[in-house]
Amino acid sequence: MAQSLGLDPSVPPARPARQWKPRAGISAYAALGALLVLVIGNALFTPNFATSSNLWNVLLQVSTVVLTAVGMTLVIATGGIDLSVGSVMAVAGAVAAVLLPRGVMVAVLAALVVATLMGIVNGSLIAGMRVQPIVVTLATLIAGRGLAQVISHEGELVTISDPAFDVLGRGHLGPVPVQVLIALVAVGIAIFLLRATPFGRYVLASGGNAPAARLAGVPVRRTVITVYAMSAFLAGVAGLVVASRLGASDAAKIGLNMELDAIAAVVVGGTALSGGRATIAGSVVGALIMQVIATSFNMLLVPYAWSLALKALIILVAVYLQRPRRV
Amino acid sequence: MSDAPLLRMEGISKAFGGAMALDRVDLSLQRGEVHALVGENGAGKSTLMKILTGAYHRDAGVVQLEGSEVDFDTPADAQGAGVCAVHQEIHLLSHRTVAENIYIGREPTRYGFIDWGRMNAQAAELLRGLGLDIDPEATVESLNTARQQMVAIARGVSLGARVLVLDEPTSSLSPREVSILYELVARLKANGTAIVYISHRFDELYAICDRVTVLRDGKLVATRAMAGLERLDLVCLMLGKSREALRDGVTGFGDHRDAGEAVADRPAVLRTEHVASGAKLHDVSFEVRPGEIVGLAGLLGSGRTETARAIFGADVRNGGTVFVHGESVNPRTPDDAIRMGVGFVSEDRKAEGIIPELSIRENLTLAALPTLTKFGVVSRVKQREIVERYMTRLGIKASSADQRIRELSGGNQQKVLLARWLCTDPKLLILDEPTRGIDIGAKGEIQRLVNELAKLGMGVLMISSEIEELTEGSTRVVVLRDGCSVAELTGAEISPQAIIRAMASDSPAASAVNATSPVS
Repeated sequence: MAQSLGLDPSVPPARPARQWKPRAGISAYAALGALLVLVIGNALFTPNFATSSNLWNVLLQVSTVVLTAVGMTLVIATGGIDLSVGSVMAVAGAVAAVLLPRGVMVAVLAALVVATLMGIVNGSLIAGMRVQPIVVTLATLIAGRGLAQVISHEGELVTISDPAFDVLGRGHLGPVPVQVLIALVAVGIAIFLLRATPFGRYVLASGGNAPAARLAGVPVRRTVITVYAMSAFLAGVAGLVVASRLGASDAAKIGLNMELDAIAAVVVGGTALSGGRATIAGSVVGALIMQVIATSFNMLLVPYAWSLALKALIILVAVYLQRPRRV
Repeated sequence: MSDAPLLRMEGISKAFGGAMALDRVDLSLQRGEVHALVGENGAGKSTLMKILTGAYHRDAGVVQLEGSEVDFDTPADAQGAGVCAVHQEIHLLSHRTVAENIYIGREPTRYGFIDWGRMNAQAAELLRGLGLDIDPEATVESLNTARQQMVAIARGVSLGARVLVLDEPTSSLSPREVSILYELVARLKANGTAIVYISHRFDELYAICDRVTVLRDGKLVATRAMAGLERLDLVCLMLGKSREALRDGVTGFGDHRDAGEAVADRPAVLRTEHVASGAKLHDVSFEVRPGEIVGLAGLLGSGRTETARAIFGADVRNGGTVFVHGESVNPRTPDDAIRMGVGFVSEDRKAEGIIPELSIRENLTLAALPTLTKFGVVSRVKQREIVERYMTRLGIKASSADQRIRELSGGNQQKVLLARWLCTDPKLLILDEPTRGIDIGAKGEIQRLVNELAKLGMGVLMISSEIEELTEGSTRVVVLRDGCSVAELTGAEISPQAIIRAMASDSPAASAVNATSPVS
């Protein structure tokens, strides 16, 4: 034997050379650059944009999109998609509004449990029965909207007046709105999960190559169910925030089209729809880009229809920049 | 055969970024010639062929087809000029029929509609002319890999290919299917088609190639006639080593067979009794002792991979018993098997091995993550230590542990996958075609590694379709046929002839016994 393999752990390993850094998502930096350009441009040219009240307003508006986009990023990283987040928000809002008379804790917990269960149903159908994610969550999108209306007494507007519940959507901690804090905590936890825990690896491995992941001992099914549960849980939180902000549960309106905003944020942020990769920070940047555009167009009195057209253009450019490249 | 070459490539260079992938390489093909193109992975074979078929653009050099200079912008241009490639991974529309695939983009029409009758008739005639018994109206997915490959070749022929590139055409073919391919190649050769034949299998090169061009590190090493070129010399050319520097034997296993006696009385790490699974596996019994390399031989479809998957819990077992360390076990998922100390390297590195977008580090530690985790967090220190140790010890060549695994050569990917199991400290390692599709240098290294692991006391079950790997590497060889274990060879009984005899059910008595044997 020419050389010993030295699989004995007592032999100190030689340090391999380290000069090469991975291209840590060029598109994430591109998105960050685009955000900076937008903010600076608006600060210079849009009257009243660079005021602290307006900037807090942007963060306030974006917090619910960020919450759902974080969950959506994890789902998309497993190669799936979750169309049901908007409906889950409405269900959570409805459950909380109806149960508030029994106490804030009961209402909030029940809302989050129901939301999470909806996610577990999504994940189980997808991972266990191998139905396509887009079909399963489309069904939940439709059913959830109906469920929310049933819960809130056939779709009545249920008004909410509870000082403790109001904190979610209208409270502040110092200058910082509580909902912005909640979104930040969710972002922090998600980044930590992806970077530092086996679960994060399992998410990326399941999305990158599910058969290979399974053979390497990755609990693919459990991982997939978990990400849909997390996505629904975060959507539930977002639903509570919106209900608190509105002071009412509006089963027909809460979370409407939220799934599209969340997917747009994820895509603009640089997470590939094909799965196996994820950037939570990118999704936050993506959500901010969309929000800054919406806010500034609003301030510049640009018609809403035109702002939608520009949103669409941005999504297309983001996807174009991420396309697989030929050598 | 006229003297002017059909195709001449001269001084071809190509750089990716700063790295020279090809440096002034020449290649010429005569009419009716089968020309082998060999070299280790990364030698530049595929780059050269991609330039020939218009998938890449060359930086410098000249390509001449029948004396006139050509410059293909796209693979379609090349096809139009009669230069066609059939790749390792077959590019066909699996839900469409054979005829549709052959004539896609140039379907015969009638009043603007596809003339199905004429298309099917033409396809049938083409296939018959090539000696292939394939129904043109069958969907491609209903054919086995070999036949799909034949369809891809037939498509090339129907395009009027004068130069056909076959890239690893036999990597998923059974011996019988290989002989069909040989016949097809002989027929094309007789028609004056020039064939570039890329393969790692020497037997094939010597069986059908006229000349060989050897590349190494993007440079042309030599072009020689196959007749009169000794195998050892060809290996030397590929590796850039002198004859003396090469070890004895074709594989890196050395003398493992002698260990057979020494381990005979150790209790088995794995024992299977009458294992059955799915439609293909009926009755498999054998055992593996610590320190042994047990070869699992059999033709394609004999149930080798199915055996491995059933033991590993990847497929549901519907009969028989598996004992690990003497205890009857029933792993329902790979996760269960891993916890029992079993590791499994799949034969399909791309589909079932690597997670392409993840780094070497993340791929390497994937199976061992639970043991690297403290309070729910993956320990960076332990992780780095393990990754560095195995990268160094296995000689994994990469720019860093952060490099994406899909950017590595096949041999290095395979080493990462082996390391993925080694760091779980398995008692039994199941290797399904551990050296398939990797270059000869890395192949020897992996074989030596497996040998070393067995010497350290690991039990190894090695599936291989390479006879040399089985005869030189195994302490015992278990032969499967039609989903049943039919023979076990030990020590001096292990020879290519004996293995092949047991694999092929050509004796009528054997197949009669087989047909009536009870399916458990």
